[in-house]
Amino acid sequence: MSDHITLQIARYRPEQESEPTFNEYEVPYTKESAVLDGLNYVKDRLDGTLVYRWSCRMGICGSCGMSVNGEPKLTCATFLADYAPGPVRVEPLRNFPIIRDLIVDIGDFMRKLVRVKPWIVREVDKPLSEGEYRQTPEQLDEYKQFSMCINCMLCYSACPIYGLDPKFIGPAAIALAQRYNLDNRDEGAGDRMEVLSEYDGIWGCTFVGECTKVCPKHVDPAGAIQRYKLTAALESMKSFFAPRGA
Amino acid sequence: MTPSYDVVLVGGGGAGLRAAIAIAETNPRLTIALVSKVYPMRSHTVSAEGGAAGVIAPDDSIEEHIYDTISGGDWLCDQDAVEAFVREAPQELLRLEHWGCPWSREPDGRVAVRPFGGMKKMRTWFAADKTGFHMLHTLFQTSLKYGSVTRYDEWFVTRLLVDDGRVQGVVAIDLKSGRVEAITAKAVILCTGGCGKVFPFTTNAAIKTGDGMALAYRAGAPLKDMEFVQYHPTGLPLTGILITEAARAEGGYLLNKDGYRYLQDYNLGTPQPHPVFRSMELGPRDRLSQAFVKELEKGRTIETPYGHVVHLDLRHLGEKEINAKIPFVRELCTKYQNLDPVRDLIPVRPVIHYMMGGVHTDMEGATPLPGLYAAGEVACVSINGANRLGSNSLAECLVFGARAGRAAAEYASRAPAVNPRVIAQKTDEHRRLEQELFSRKGRERIATLRDEMQKTMEESAGIYREASSIRTGIEQLQRLQERYADIVIEDHSRTFNTERVAALELSFMLDIAQAMLASALAREESRGAHQRTDCPTRDDQRFLAHALVSRNADGSCRLEYRPVTITRWPPAERVYGEGAPHVRSHHAADRPVSSGARV
Amino acid sequence: MEQTHTGSYTPYHPRWLRRRLSTYWWLEKPAYLWFMLREGSCMFVAWFTLYLLWLLDAVLEGPLAYELFLAWSGTPWVVALNVVTLGFVVFHAVTFFQAAPQAMVVRLGRRRVPPGAVLAGHYVAWAAASVVLWVLLRGA
Repeated sequence: MSDHITLQIARYRPEQESEPTFNEYEVPYTKESAVLDGLNYVKDRLDGTLVYRWSCRMGICGSCGMSVNGEPKLTCATFLADYAPGPVRVEPLRNFPIIRDLIVDIGDFMRKLVRVKPWIVREVDKPLSEGEYRQTPEQLDEYKQFSMCINCMLCYSACPIYGLDPKFIGPAAIALAQRYNLDNRDEGAGDRMEVLSEYDGIWGCTFVGECTKVCPKHVDPAGAIQRYKLTAALESMKSFFAPRGA
Repeated sequence: MTPSYDVVLVGGGGAGLRAAIAIAETNPRLTIALVSKVYPMRSHTVSAEGGAAGVIAPDDSIEEHIYDTISGGDWLCDQDAVEAFVREAPQELLRLEHWGCPWSREPDGRVAVRPFGGMKKMRTWFAADKTGFHMLHTLFQTSLKYGSVTRYDEWFVTRLLVDDGRVQGVVAIDLKSGRVEAITAKAVILCTGGCGKVFPFTTNAAIKTGDGMALAYRAGAPLKDMEFVQYHPTGLPLTGILITEAARAEGGYLLNKDGYRYLQDYNLGTPQPHPVFRSMELGPRDRLSQAFVKELEKGRTIETPYGHVVHLDLRHLGEKEINAKIPFVRELCTKYQNLDPVRDLIPVRPVIHYMMGGVHTDMEGATPLPGLYAAGEVACVSINGANRLGSNSLAECLVFGARAGRAAAEYASRAPAVNPRVIAQKTDEHRRLEQELFSRKGRERIATLRDEMQKTMEESAGIYREASSIRTGIEQLQRLQERYADIVIEDHSRTFNTERVAALELSFMLDIAQAMLASALAREESRGAHQRTDCPTRDDQRFLAHALVSRNADGSCRLEYRPVTITRWPPAERVYGEGAPHVRSHHAADRPVSSGARV
Repeated sequence: MEQTHTGSYTPYHPRWLRRRLSTYWWLEKPAYLWFMLREGSCMFVAWFTLYLLWLLDAVLEGPLAYELFLAWSGTPWVVALNVVTLGFVVFHAVTFFQAAPQAMVVRLGRRRVPPGAVLAGHYVAWAAASVVLWVLLRGA
């Protein structure tokens, strides 16, 4: 029952070339074969020089994001049979500098993530001896969706705003900021507001909405950003009518 | 200029990140390098599903968790270590709560706990069924606030720097540039996880290649109890993807081809409609995986194109319960097995999951090599003995990650400066990497050797082993080692050369595999996950002892034994099902910190 | 995609390939085109606003100005423009409403109102506003 399908894989070899080229490989597949299985077949049997990232092969580590037929996808959770009879075009994620072949640099996101302070900020920490912070299931539901982000970068790849202006802080970082803002244990919303309400923060977003569509974990970063815009607008109105210290 | 730190951490998963934070909090002046071959949030901790054990429920006790762990480990656990672990686990889990981990909750806002295999009480903290994912991201994001941590993301460590018997740093390849660098430090902590990838069928991620075990082993530190490899009873048959024990803890049944809950035939209790602690589907993993093999021998498993399976039945739980408690199980089944557990039976079979063994450490994570520490799956303290209980390993990453971090911080604070001489070893290592991996035109493909190693391990060190098959495996591994000298590396690029990494990982795995088989051959008894058909009983007379395997200069293995620390729980028979003992806590002092606050 | 480069390769120094989005990126995917149309629709909303202001101005100026305004409005190109504008304004409103449930979380007590209900609420409010205006104008 094993059929074959052609993979057109983007290659970029920085030592030799300054433009990406495409190599074609024919790989066997069954209805359960992921695009990643195809890549592993190429690497193990056809061409050991192909490079790409992968690890958990179960859609949770976030390593294997690539562009499959132009759409950002987790290649371990995208199946070859869905593209039959092919060919399937596999390219590195868009909007990122390419290091080599299918590997892109995500250092920019890592630096932005730190800026939104993705940790619990509190004036006074509760001592461990007093037990846990209470958090009802409803309070958990407030931020749970935004805590599901696996940092796979598909949303940055789908976002034309990030493509046009790499200074834009971007969908996942804002969603993760909201994840902590909406957590009842956190008191850091004010700190994060400074970063998020900058020009390159939430106001950079024009609500294309593609980030939410491509998110493999249903995080809805677009929703997080729009909700935060509402919060930020209300806050600035509040501070306009009732300035601090008044 | 060679970068130099007080402490270098190798590996950025649960244990590594916890250790990093522990060091930063112990002494903010210490400089820390976190070296990892993947970005920390990609580490395999991310795949853990079911939960993390820590006594918190009012009806639970420290004493009972200790007893469950020791009996689950078939009395091979060091009891002082287990005691320390069980006492500290609730505080560590609570600390993670304070750092923002989205633990699942009771309606009143308290942390919820669920039952788990081999545990007599509800004590497994969980974040739906993505516990490892949430713990890892909480730890990673929290670690970002400590300025003393410098990350070396996507750097692959190839050897430890040892001078005068003291570990003083690492040599690593920066994958992006291909540069080979020495990173020196007064102390090194290995947190690289396990090595499931020595086997063909495993829940483990591609990165689980035993790097830390091999680094320590090659540097002269012994590996402990390497013969104990855990098969998880429920993996998806095609991919090996894990279906969490939580699926059974929430009430799932294991059925053979006749729809019969076959575990009742293997001394694991009588079936009840609802889960019963330490009974049936909530028995320990070694016993459940062994029961599968017996069913297979009786011809009562189901044959599929991907091998023999049994069925995990969750249908009676209903859609609402499945979505609330184990949504990831549903997602994984839908995506990777084309079925919906709400309506369909899930085919499952035992799958390599965890290494009980690892780098020999004491309770502070210290190895016999001064300056070298280890924590998490890479280490063997041992709290897991001959068989780990589900949900003890995430808590172990936290407890022993923190302990190793504090101990290494303490050591680094008073250790003498790094001897500049060690940096010369980088040049040697660089030359080795060039010669072995770039200047050679061999014939053997990495993937071919890897496949053969994995097949060898499955055939010689599976759920049941015997001397003859282990001996055959040892010979085959020896031949694979020889063939490794003739591998071909097609990729000569310096930029992100993953083929070179794969070759180094394969070399690590071959060493680990040899240590496993040597230990398995020498242990002529059956205990926990190590079942010898030619020596079917437990032999406390000879083998109530840890196996320590060291590497000779020629690559061969040297074995010695070290007694198990027994404090208050003398060896006894492991009983599951109705006869399971109920241990009561008599000491008020055993109340955990957190539940004390809620009385 | 356009390519830019950071010089030639030097051993042990990664040479990244940075690609810029093409000027015509919005033609690459239907979703992007849809988005650009939605963004563009605000021009038409602006035109309607101006148009209404002129109407108001004409009414205030007196009957003559009003007549002139009506005559101008009846010219074919203004009618055509307004028909197109109506289309875009309806498009704008519909996409705006579609986005609303994602942007706002409405609560009744402890329960979160489902997104569908938030969307429906917008349409109900729209219809209600139209009826009120209709009644007011009829009465005037």
